[in-house]
Amino acid sequence: MMNGFNWYKYASPATFYTLAGRLIPWFYGAAAVLCAAGLYIAFFLAPTDFQQSEAYRIIFIHVPAAWMSMFIYIVMAAWAAIGLAFNTRLSFMMASALAPTGAMLTFVSLWTGALWGKPTWGAWWVWDARLTSELILFFLYLGFMALQAAIDDPRRADRAGALIALVGVVNVPIIYFSVKWWNTLHQGASISMTKAPSMAAIMLEGMLVMALAAWMYAIAAALSRVRSIILERERNSQWVAQMMEAEA
Amino acid sequence: MLQIVNVVLRRELILAMRRRGDVLTVLFFFVIVASLFPLGVGPDPKLLRLMGGGVVWVSALLAAMLSLGRLFASDYADGTLEQLILTPTPPVVWITGKILAHWLVSGVPLILVAPILGVQFGLSGEALLVLVVSLLLGTPVLSLIGAIGAALTLGLRGGGVLVSLLVLPLYIPVLIFGAGAVDGAMSGLGAEAHLSLLGSILILAFILTPWAVSAALRISIE
Repeated sequence: MMNGFNWYKYASPATFYTLAGRLIPWFYGAAAVLCAAGLYIAFFLAPTDFQQSEAYRIIFIHVPAAWMSMFIYIVMAAWAAIGLAFNTRLSFMMASALAPTGAMLTFVSLWTGALWGKPTWGAWWVWDARLTSELILFFLYLGFMALQAAIDDPRRADRAGALIALVGVVNVPIIYFSVKWWNTLHQGASISMTKAPSMAAIMLEGMLVMALAAWMYAIAAALSRVRSIILERERNSQWVAQMMEAEA
Repeated sequence: MLQIVNVVLRRELILAMRRRGDVLTVLFFFVIVASLFPLGVGPDPKLLRLMGGGVVWVSALLAAMLSLGRLFASDYADGTLEQLILTPTPPVVWITGKILAHWLVSGVPLILVAPILGVQFGLSGEALLVLVVSLLLGTPVLSLIGAIGAALTLGLRGGGVLVSLLVLPLYIPVLIFGAGAVDGAMSGLGAEAHLSLLGSILILAFILTPWAVSAALRISIE
């Protein structure tokens, strides 16, 4: 152990429950501050795009949501792998706690993509490589959640979900490239996905700040969800009973 | 090792021959789904020729998915699966045998019928050949990947619908390269690139999925 600090202490749901409870307000706070800053950049500092006028401003929601949706899937699979490798219950709980947030962000990115596509391309949906792979990612999240929901035994649900998350993460690059090549061969209408020729630095900054906000929000939401999962799973244990007594 | 694969293979084939109805159901499902498309989109030969490869491939995907229930369910119900896991043989070996048998029983009939469907859609001779080759390379992948879903959903409520949710997104690359190969042959671009990619996916799936299936079965049986 480095400096005598025991990391494994927090692998126990009971200690993690209190730690998460203390951390959540900080992450929510960071998310709120970053979101306010990001929206300020998005609406007041970023210039109007000369091609897409004001409509492009939805990228400040759309792109961070899309980034985070992919990132969360990887994090989820990483927790699943840690859980399978070290047999730590908390890792599985983290994976299941992340899935709804990831699915929500995937949905947000699809939805805002549709809203953005209508004024810019004149269509709510095009079978573009990125849109299609994002849609498939959404299906992967749904599959993960549906599998866990269908299994009553939490131990089996944990491990089965972890395995399908890992299988999914191996497949994501294959799916992405197949969809990309499929798209380049089938491209009928000449819809170009390239954004404005040179993206102003301020736009990139805005997107990064919003992505950080989404990241902080995702951590906070996952931690609150993991607390609920811990309580649900450990409802018959002594420490939960003691905590409830102390609160009553 | 090969002997074990052989024994498992023979056992599965005998079991399948005793319940021929199951095999035929999947085959007819495949034919019916493919026949629904012209009824849905209209009989325009030009449109149908464009769609043919994709329609046959989508139907094959659905049929393969439908047959997954058979892969482990009956062995799970009567306890054979548990006994197999308890044997000293590495699970990967007999799992490979079972998947191979599943492909022979549910994949190969589709490949044999596909040219007839292709003719109905007006595919040219070369496109038909490519269709068969692409199915030959692609349907084993469907059995391999599907086995993971089948193993994970063993004994669950609504396992059939759940398996489709888990497995269909993972089938997408096979669909794209399979239908793309037929498309390439029709448009004169050539099908080699798609077929090579399908082949590489097959090799990758053949190496990796039995391990995932073995892990999934352990999780489900425990």
